[in-house]
Amino acid sequence: MCGIAGLFSKTTDLEAQLGAHLGEMLLQLGDRGPDSAGVAFYRNPVPSGSSKVALHSADPRQDWHAVHAALSTAFGAGEPEVRASHAVIAVETGADDVVRWLRERYPELRVMSAGEAIELYKEAVLPREFVERFELATMDGSHALGHTRMATESKVTTDGSHPFSTGLDLCLVHNGSLSNHNRLREQLRAEGIEFQTENDTEVAAGYLTWRMREGATLEQALEGCLEDLDGFYTFAVGTADGFAVLRDPIACKPAVMAETDDWVAMASEYRAIAVLPGAETAETWEPEPGRVYSWERAPV
Amino acid sequence: MAAPASGLDFAEIDLAETPLRELNAALHALADGSPKHWRILNPRGAHAIAVGVDAPVDIEIDGHAGYYCAGMNKQATVRVHGNAGVGVAENIMSGSVVVEGNASQSAGASGHGGLLSIRGSASARCGISMKGVDIVVRGSVGHMSAFMAQKGRLVVCGDAGDALGDSIYEARLYVRGSVASLGADCIEKEMRDEHMAELADLLERAEVTEVEAGDFRRYGSARRLYNFDIDNAGAY
Amino acid sequence: MATATSGWRPGLRESALYDRNVIHAIQRAAAEGIYDIRGFGAKRRVPHFDDLLFLGASISRYPLEGYRERCDTDVVLGDRHARKPLHLKIPITIAGMSFGALSGPAKEALGRGASAVGTSTTTGDGGMTPEERGHSDVLVYQLLPSRYGMNPDDLRKADAIEIVVGQGAKPGGGGMLLGQKISDRVAEMRDLPKGIDQRSACRHPDWTGPDDMEIKIQELREITDWEKPVFVKVAASRPYYDVALAVKAGADVVVLDGMQGGTAATQEVFIEHAGIPTLAAIRPAVDALVELGMHRKVQLIVSGGIRSGADVAKALALGADAVSIGVAALIAMGDNSPEHEEGYTEIGASAGFYDDWHEGRDPAGISTQIDELAARFDPELGGRRLANYLRTMVLETQTLARACGKSHVHNLEPEDLVALTAEAAAMARVPLAGTSWIPGLNE
Repeated sequence: MCGIAGLFSKTTDLEAQLGAHLGEMLLQLGDRGPDSAGVAFYRNPVPSGSSKVALHSADPRQDWHAVHAALSTAFGAGEPEVRASHAVIAVETGADDVVRWLRERYPELRVMSAGEAIELYKEAVLPREFVERFELATMDGSHALGHTRMATESKVTTDGSHPFSTGLDLCLVHNGSLSNHNRLREQLRAEGIEFQTENDTEVAAGYLTWRMREGATLEQALEGCLEDLDGFYTFAVGTADGFAVLRDPIACKPAVMAETDDWVAMASEYRAIAVLPGAETAETWEPEPGRVYSWERAPV
Repeated sequence: MAAPASGLDFAEIDLAETPLRELNAALHALADGSPKHWRILNPRGAHAIAVGVDAPVDIEIDGHAGYYCAGMNKQATVRVHGNAGVGVAENIMSGSVVVEGNASQSAGASGHGGLLSIRGSASARCGISMKGVDIVVRGSVGHMSAFMAQKGRLVVCGDAGDALGDSIYEARLYVRGSVASLGADCIEKEMRDEHMAELADLLERAEVTEVEAGDFRRYGSARRLYNFDIDNAGAY
Repeated sequence: MATATSGWRPGLRESALYDRNVIHAIQRAAAEGIYDIRGFGAKRRVPHFDDLLFLGASISRYPLEGYRERCDTDVVLGDRHARKPLHLKIPITIAGMSFGALSGPAKEALGRGASAVGTSTTTGDGGMTPEERGHSDVLVYQLLPSRYGMNPDDLRKADAIEIVVGQGAKPGGGGMLLGQKISDRVAEMRDLPKGIDQRSACRHPDWTGPDDMEIKIQELREITDWEKPVFVKVAASRPYYDVALAVKAGADVVVLDGMQGGTAATQEVFIEHAGIPTLAAIRPAVDALVELGMHRKVQLIVSGGIRSGADVAKALALGADAVSIGVAALIAMGDNSPEHEEGYTEIGASAGFYDDWHEGRDPAGISTQIDELAARFDPELGGRRLANYLRTMVLETQTLARACGKSHVHNLEPEDLVALTAEAAAMARVPLAGTSWIPGLNE
């Protein structure tokens, strides 16, 4: 069980403050998710043809420069942006190439996310510690998702934390508990989707990736969840352009949404929204069960 | 925290400065000379505000409340000037709770008495397991409202979501707008004079003036699930 | 003509798969068209404490003298957050059983017996009666999905609050009380019409999941000014995860009810085919507590098939802080006693077999709402019998503990035990007797 949060900025001022605000939201959700925390920020998009990867190392003395040097030689790469145990590197080739290369050359590094804009960070530490260690207050971005975890049936590990990313620029956070994820995992494996954990959320993320790989839009893939996933869930999905929210038809797990002229936000509890500027007069509502809600930035 | 020393009949507590525990402790320690009127500032979605109060005092909450606001309320009049989270007035015994904005899920859950008045809308499970409380919603209610509702009255001036009154016992439901679907054993029932009168009284107590009792339809238990019959197994 | 019940003759062979009970069950379903509902707990044999033995002192260990040397039995429950934790004299409590399931005199007797020996009783799915609060020195008040009779006054009168997520007889199921037991008084307490079947919710109405249960626990503490311990009761199903989540949600005490746990009424299939044995649940639960650094800080109470001081001692040795009894308490007070054989025969049952508690026709006056039957049950006598039984169990526990050299029953540990079967060894994680083999841990 968990806390989830999403923040989508409508102004450049808010973009600059995105990390500070999301960090405050996560602190309010720490009680319901004390085991670990994670975020996915959408920021600094790389030019088309390039990609960005977020990497995690279990080695506190990881030599990111060496990794960068090797990537530079192979493809051309920008300077790594290091935050705690993670590093984000822009590479002058497509994501599939980088991921494949990393798997061969640096199998000990975990690829947290890949795409053009997404940067995914997560760690099995208290949310309060996570916000500090990863210096969320210094992060900007167009939109971001966050998660605080209370592990139900899988281990409290960094891998088991949310968000889960199983597709380019795609990530998922989940509050709830699925009940048919074990069989679904096997079916998705047979379709070529890979899993690193026993976590039910990872299966949902894999399901979305698979459906979209087979041609579904995000909305269609989420609607597919209503048919193919069993259990309780409030989902928030991040994409390059925005985010989406879906609650299962029984809708026992909470979800609150709010909007002002400056932002659209989503959280498990209102008190996480209360920390945002202008929250007292924001329009607030609860997403209805079984209905996909999505927000996208208009193309420039 | 002792009652404010001003000697006035009025107390103001700022939750940005005062721990919740102290607020509730003060509200539980009211004596004859204690303030009768309380104002709570900066709730900012905090949970369990003004829970377990058992005194005929007025409590105004300036802003949005979190879960279980006014839980297990007895005698007090609690007004939320904003929205209320999950389970507002859950298990209310008596007194009244007014939510000026919207209420989240399970509003009035298992309430035994008193009046819960929601000026906006309530989401899913409004009046779930109600045991005698009266709930009046000016807006709409979400799905599974009045689920297993045993006793009491639920009045909805707007629409009701799916599965209204599923497994209902003897509570009476009045809905003015549309009902997306009725739950197991819940049927529309005849509005007789006594129901019109009851509804009019509830609307008046909740200070809802824009509508007429005659605009509503009544729903309640078909009583087919009261004793198990194998032919009704599909409804379980 | 020979039948399965009329005695064996050469040539008659009963099927293990379709034995007399299965044949009856199938034919009953064919006749009635509905699942069988009954009370009591799981009746089939599953690995249990009988499959464990204590390693009494010999040369490498020394025993304590039976009479002069202390073996303490007291336990503190709920000192994690509560201002007034419970101090019990013995590590055996009375489990939650409702007024409604049980008669008023039976509830009174439970209170009398428990108070006589310094332990607690627990309300059930019907709320608190004045008799129980009056006769029980320490009373735990349950918060169930139904919320029948829930109110803040009783919450404040209670000594502890027990949030019921589930019970061992029916993990994932809700309460059940059939119309014949919804008497006037029960109906009034539960806000139901008289004589109808109580349909039950299996989830709480205003929270689902440990993250929201945490907020509910906060509310209960705020209402009661942080005075009372909050227990969380779960059926034994996935105890490793469930206990960890209860701790993370803020529980002071976890009550873990194995599949053998009794019930007043539920479907037979639930009782026999859902949940895991008590024996299998304890070590995973203790693991979760140890990993969180909470063993002995969040207390673990184990129930489901506790029958004697041997069961108590073994549960404690595996890491529990206390145990709880339900069915055994009723039996101590006279349920299924041969003294009522005539009454049992009249209703088609027999002493030692009676489990139709849901019907409410109990000749012993325990699981009934019929005044005439309930009047047969003498609460003072029942209380004395319960007290005697509890005292006996404590003496038995102490006997075994002293033989293992323990001056407090909490000092019993898994290393004091061995198992008679591979299953019990694997579940309890103690070696098979005479070997060092623990299946799954060492090969």
